[in-house]
Amino acid sequence: MTKSKTVPATGARPTRRDALKTLALGGAAAATVPLWARYAGAQTSEPIKVGFQVHRTGIGAAYGRWYDRTTSAAAALINEQGGINGRPLEIVSEDDGTDPKRGAEVVEKFATQHNCDIGFGTLFSHVVIGSAPRAGELKLPYFVVSEGHHVASGMLNRYTLQPGITDVKSQVQAMAPFVADNLGKKVTMIFPDFAFGHDHRDYFTAAIEAQGGEVLEHIAIPPTETSFTKYFPKIPRDTEVIYHVMVGPAVLTFVKELGEFFGPQRPEMFGFIDSLEAVDIGSPGLEFLDGTYFWEGNPRYAQDDQSDYDAFFRERVGVDANGASISDPKDVSTYAHMFGCWETLHVVKAGMESAGYQGPKDRAALIEAVEAMTDLPHSNAHPQGAKIFNGKTHQVFGHQYITKVVDGKLLLVHTTSIEDTFYPDEVDYTTQTL
Amino acid sequence: MDFGPYLMLATLEGAVTAAVLALTASGLALVFGVMRVVNVAHGEFFMLGSVLAWWVTQMVGDTAAVGFAVALIVVPVLVGVLAAVTDMTVLKRIDYDPERTIVATIGILYILQQVTLMTYGPDARPVSPPFNTRIALPWFEFVDGKIGLYWPWGLSITSYKLAVIGAAGVILIALWLVMTRSKLGLLMRATEQDRDMALAFGIPVERIYAMVFGLGAAMAALAAVLIVPIQQAHYLMGADPLLLSFIVVIIGGLGSFPGTVLAALLIGLSDGIISVFFSPTLAKILATLVVAMVLVFRPQGLFGAKRT
Repeated sequence: MTKSKTVPATGARPTRRDALKTLALGGAAAATVPLWARYAGAQTSEPIKVGFQVHRTGIGAAYGRWYDRTTSAAAALINEQGGINGRPLEIVSEDDGTDPKRGAEVVEKFATQHNCDIGFGTLFSHVVIGSAPRAGELKLPYFVVSEGHHVASGMLNRYTLQPGITDVKSQVQAMAPFVADNLGKKVTMIFPDFAFGHDHRDYFTAAIEAQGGEVLEHIAIPPTETSFTKYFPKIPRDTEVIYHVMVGPAVLTFVKELGEFFGPQRPEMFGFIDSLEAVDIGSPGLEFLDGTYFWEGNPRYAQDDQSDYDAFFRERVGVDANGASISDPKDVSTYAHMFGCWETLHVVKAGMESAGYQGPKDRAALIEAVEAMTDLPHSNAHPQGAKIFNGKTHQVFGHQYITKVVDGKLLLVHTTSIEDTFYPDEVDYTTQTL
Repeated sequence: MDFGPYLMLATLEGAVTAAVLALTASGLALVFGVMRVVNVAHGEFFMLGSVLAWWVTQMVGDTAAVGFAVALIVVPVLVGVLAAVTDMTVLKRIDYDPERTIVATIGILYILQQVTLMTYGPDARPVSPPFNTRIALPWFEFVDGKIGLYWPWGLSITSYKLAVIGAAGVILIALWLVMTRSKLGLLMRATEQDRDMALAFGIPVERIYAMVFGLGAAMAALAAVLIVPIQQAHYLMGADPLLLSFIVVIIGGLGSFPGTVLAALLIGLSDGIISVFFSPTLAKILATLVVAMVLVFRPQGLFGAKRT
């Protein structure tokens, strides 16, 4: 703090020339201050700090790399447009090793050590479930980009929100009619054996039964597994559709071994693109996927009717029309998920602006401002598509895409409506105290 | 799937696991047998083998077969040399003291793992197999009292997996011949039996130690090069081989070569079969239970001689 100066009554009054000199000096100094200090109009030019919990290492590393790039691109864009409430956005990244215990520690670091305004960006559901209670205790708004149903199920707390990506329950519910109508009614599910996979197991099984289909067998595989053939003999002979979703470093091995297992006699296949996120669909051994279907949160390949918003998003993040990095065509992105970071940061910006957010004392006002949101129109801020946010369940709902592998590319064959993804509320977080 | 083809598939998958495990564990057993060093970093030498295999195949950049052939020769040598250097610069300095070598190799484990993370990165990367044809296997059934052949869904193996089983057999026989028939093997065995006496007879014990430590790591690396076209190279992949190798070495008898190979077959096959019929977690539970039982009732292992 500067001390206030009083002009001595007996001292010489500053001349006009002195005043001009001072102004000139001030102007020169202003021209040299770094960019972040130029945000005029704000009551403080301190940056708004977003604690970014990133899976830089561990089984979520491929996602972490692209979540990081998308977040940086979104933050750069927001800062170019004048920041939030006239203040620049600063991303404070911490690696959580894709580990729930470390995740909770990282959230604590954000709140107490880095003095972050919010926590943001967690993907893997077990890390979210491990970290969210700590965020709630610390009253740190925690914006996750995870897909898990744990936010909308009421398992977490009022400080945890998921406004940038849809949840598994709504996704699988919207997929079930397509699977039952086009592929078959006798399904075998293969999924990772942790919270995210269990969401698939529980909600898809219910959704396909509602369509008159049935799940013949549930095959759970630990996400750290490295060899998969030994699980496949459990697939019943009369399976019409294989429903697969897998995560972890060995997804390519998983899909390859699935192909080797079936050889030329494969049943219909419907996969969540998670099984092949960050993996080139042209990799050797994946030829058998031709003609199979995938759920995609956002189509990896630029489609013929690509929106301007998608083109803008690709350009800013540095992704080419095939969903790979512009600088390295072998570095395939996690395109079906990473838009969530971009959209979430834009929701944070809108929320902070409508709450008149100034600092940590306004955290509760930020939560209430986001809860008040409903329609999020298709735009540069929401390039994946229009969305509807449910303030009671803290979960966003949006379009889902089904693509088919044709000549080694994923071509869009079906887009669900937002209404296809609705289900009755299971919680009302707004009744909890802030 | 019917029981017969199911069992056959499980056995084939188990055989691949067993082959790779036998190579990795014999490296661990060799180091323990000759040097009395419990090498906790063994799994990381395995990981390093597969990561370097990826690196070499990228560098060579020729066809998959050429790149893989180069990796098969170059990588074990590189890892072996690195391990020998580690022995001379770390383990020798602490006089191979049993407690301190354990702590030191834990340190080496973290150094190797984190250096790999910092350079190679956290991604799993694939290496193309030199050849890979799916071979569908037939099964028999009785139709109207006559035996007929049919091709059940999923009963298959790839030519590469068969090659891994074959290669592991050849390498193990070669190692056995080196240990029992060559001069180097003689020196190793002499050092194993009595270090001081060997030194008195003019055997360069320190050099033998470095060589054995290098050879042990090279075995792990060789196993990793063989498995990497089936799995993928990843910086965290060393944990499982380490655990399974310890299980195998303890069951087989610390330092016993035939015991190690037999235990690897037992653990690998049972892992394959139990995983297929029940669950992979149960396979690990049973394996560790067997270890506990062996330690209680036959602490020297199935084939180990009692040490005084």
